[in-house]
Amino acid sequence: MPETKLIKNAAGRSVPLEINGKPVVPYKGVGKHNAAGAKHGPEIYSCKDFPSDGNKRVGTLMEALKKAGLRDGMTVSTHHHFRNGDLLANQLFDVAKEMGVKDLCWFPSASFPCHEHLIPYLEDGTIHHIEGSMNGALGRFASQGKMKGVGVLRSHGGRYQAVQDGEVKIDIAVIGAACADPFGNANGLYGDSATGLLGFALADSQYADKVIVVTDNMVPFPCVPWQIQGNYVDYTVEVDKLGDPEKIISGTTRITKSPDRLLLAEMTAKFCDETGIIHDGFSFQSGAGGTSLAVGEYFKKIMQEKGIKARFARGGSNKYLVSMLEEGLIDYILDGQTFDLEGVRSMAENPGHVWTSPFTSYNYHGKGNFAGMVDVAILGATEVDINFNANVVTHSDGYLLHGIGGWQNCLFSKTVILPIPLFRDRIPVVIDEVTTLCGPGELIDVIVTERGIAVNPLRTDLLEKLKGSNLPVKSINELKDEAEKICGKPEKAHFDDQIIAVVKWVDGTVLDVVRKVKE
Amino acid sequence: MGKQQNIAEAGITGPKVRSDCYVKLELTEKGGIRIDLDSKVKTMYGPSIEQLCCDEIEFFGINNIKLTLKDAGALPFTISARLEAAVKQISDTGKEFIPDMIDENKYPPVRDRFRFSRLYLPGNNPKMMLNAGVHNPDGVILDLEDSVAPLKKMEARLLVRNALRQVNFYGSERMVRINQLPDGLEDLKYIIPHNVHVVLIPKCENALQIKQVEEEISNLINKHKIRQEVFMMPIIETALGVEKAFEIASASEDVVALAIGLEDLTADLGVIRTNEATETLYARTRMVNACKAAGIQAIDSVFSDVGDIEGLRQNVKISRSLGFEGMGCIHPRQISIIHECFAPSKEEIEKAQKIMDAFYLAREKGLGVVALGSKMIDLPVVKRAEKTVNLAVKLGLTRNT
Repeated sequence: MPETKLIKNAAGRSVPLEINGKPVVPYKGVGKHNAAGAKHGPEIYSCKDFPSDGNKRVGTLMEALKKAGLRDGMTVSTHHHFRNGDLLANQLFDVAKEMGVKDLCWFPSASFPCHEHLIPYLEDGTIHHIEGSMNGALGRFASQGKMKGVGVLRSHGGRYQAVQDGEVKIDIAVIGAACADPFGNANGLYGDSATGLLGFALADSQYADKVIVVTDNMVPFPCVPWQIQGNYVDYTVEVDKLGDPEKIISGTTRITKSPDRLLLAEMTAKFCDETGIIHDGFSFQSGAGGTSLAVGEYFKKIMQEKGIKARFARGGSNKYLVSMLEEGLIDYILDGQTFDLEGVRSMAENPGHVWTSPFTSYNYHGKGNFAGMVDVAILGATEVDINFNANVVTHSDGYLLHGIGGWQNCLFSKTVILPIPLFRDRIPVVIDEVTTLCGPGELIDVIVTERGIAVNPLRTDLLEKLKGSNLPVKSINELKDEAEKICGKPEKAHFDDQIIAVVKWVDGTVLDVVRKVKE
Repeated sequence: MGKQQNIAEAGITGPKVRSDCYVKLELTEKGGIRIDLDSKVKTMYGPSIEQLCCDEIEFFGINNIKLTLKDAGALPFTISARLEAAVKQISDTGKEFIPDMIDENKYPPVRDRFRFSRLYLPGNNPKMMLNAGVHNPDGVILDLEDSVAPLKKMEARLLVRNALRQVNFYGSERMVRINQLPDGLEDLKYIIPHNVHVVLIPKCENALQIKQVEEEISNLINKHKIRQEVFMMPIIETALGVEKAFEIASASEDVVALAIGLEDLTADLGVIRTNEATETLYARTRMVNACKAAGIQAIDSVFSDVGDIEGLRQNVKISRSLGFEGMGCIHPRQISIIHECFAPSKEEIEKAQKIMDAFYLAREKGLGVVALGSKMIDLPVVKRAEKTVNLAVKLGLTRNT
């Protein structure tokens, strides 16, 4: 392995100047990097080269990939709206393997445990590396240094930015859609593989060289609404089954029953109430995690008691959020990812339930985005350190196990709160220094643990509002000491020099690296 | 080493186990202490776990042994207890490997404290103990009785002992439910030296049982030179117990409350337990009366449908109206409901404050009679109002007046 030249970035992390043979810019600080140049421009196409009747159907995925010119070294993208029920990405690489194509870069918007199926293709060289989240088995595989290339981890907004800016040039985008017409108009609303929306595939449709839409529910033109516009699409393919419905969308999103997590949610809601974050016309970021759902329910109670409502909720939709919309407690759901069937139903029938994309919500290289307008974002983390820096991709033992998702982008909301346990089993969550830096502490305002709430000293306004409060406000150092007292002082993970993945910041600069775990 | 056994196991392992561990010991002829550690926190704590195990094995004077430890993120007090439980199967050592008492756990028992909520924690489940105090129950009960399988009693004693020293219960009253006598007397040896505040005695039916426990506690207090009291809370769980409630309540000065256990009581009565609990109305009112006659607190049974918060709320309201002053919980989410319902209502507090204001005004003016508007107020009414106001202040429901 050639010597990699490293440089210390603005966060003090040693990062390379080159990844997979391409130059990269080290992180310079929040808002310090100036983007320059023009956006990536795909080729000009002409109607005369496409069927005049708009029928772009081809028989099979393999045929479509062959027509799209799949060959060695290409970048192929998929989206993750099918979540753990995705069959398409796996089929795509089955075909690539069959065609004998090598050294592909897989560029998913996220990966799930079901993609463990791809490990043999990483081993045999069909896939060179993954640019996208690497969860569970794929993360472990990468952490063992077994992937040929270096993984690149981006936020949802960062993925849009990278495509738009031409950092990643998608050769072929394969977009699975629950409903599509032969022209390529597509949505995620109707059919057995319904996912609600298809926002994560937007950049792929706009900027990829070739776009293939695959559906298991082909309808005659026009497929409306066209969340994906057929005018971007080269080929359409009909298959029997895109995904495993029970694993795509949960029919039963549930609020956590864990008393410890409910306590965190209750403390978070109380904090938001006491600091005036919950006010008439406010907005919040909502997720599908058990704690996050529970926070929403506590918000609901407070809003009902006060007779106020929220202007909008941003993020993943689910039956709890839908019930708030239908009861008039929220004017709009700005949905980035639909988590259950109630969310799908609501989006199809309620004009107040709006689908969004990483472009509208998160893209840092645009003329603003929605994330910054949100009053409060409630997020998770695997680790937080005494400088409020947080990690969401690796565990304290060094293994890469999660993606970034929209997490980095949401850090730009007005107040960022991380409700997290002080320790998990014996693993302290509040520590000296995060294993991998994913979010700079200056953007993280509040840590809520079951044993105390720490407010970032930069937020003097919040600290002022908490004077006289009964909430257990402590310093982040006190929380760290308490975690160490209970668990013992943890030793740091042991790494080899080999870089297995890099973490990008929302502006495309390199924030940190993930190294091979010493086993 | 008089024991025959060369192999011993303790603890638990499996895909769902968290914050606990499994220990297997095999005595060997030679080779020293060998440790085979499989731990999910090996990266962070591998060396310190091995050090703890070595220290403990050496403490028990064992020189040659193979230890297999499967650890699912257990804290040191748990690892240590599991290891000791295994050692005691292969060695007849009388020694105990006792961890330090953390400073936060050194607070003394208080006779007249509130006992609205007391949270049951299975004595052999370390995971549930860790955050128990964070949920702010008035008391935690480390249970050695029904929630512990018969074969796990010794493991549980050691775990409860270590938990009493190492787990921060954040000011909750520290209670242990011992086994039925005579086993319960043996349990006392593992808990009395470790700042236990209240011993819960199950299935009490007569004063003699209380005397036995009292005597054993007293022996241990003398032996360990403990300079504080240990209180008792007998549990009435049979028809005979109900009939003897007053005798039990007044059997010792250190009995601070009686609790009623409706699961066993309904079985003994041959009736079906319902949420409305009319079938035990007599037993409960009789026990309340016995407690008040003896000047101690009456504590109600647990409400077992964890999912039914509204049912719990109704139950607590009835319980309070009957004269109970607290209730058991089997889930942390029940605690805040119980506190809320045992606490005086806003109207009650306002009325009590008015009465107290009138009382202080009368005293200031040197009047012998307290009046609120045109109504004369008796002294017992003032006393009750004072209790309500004090309670409200303590619960943070009103400012100190």
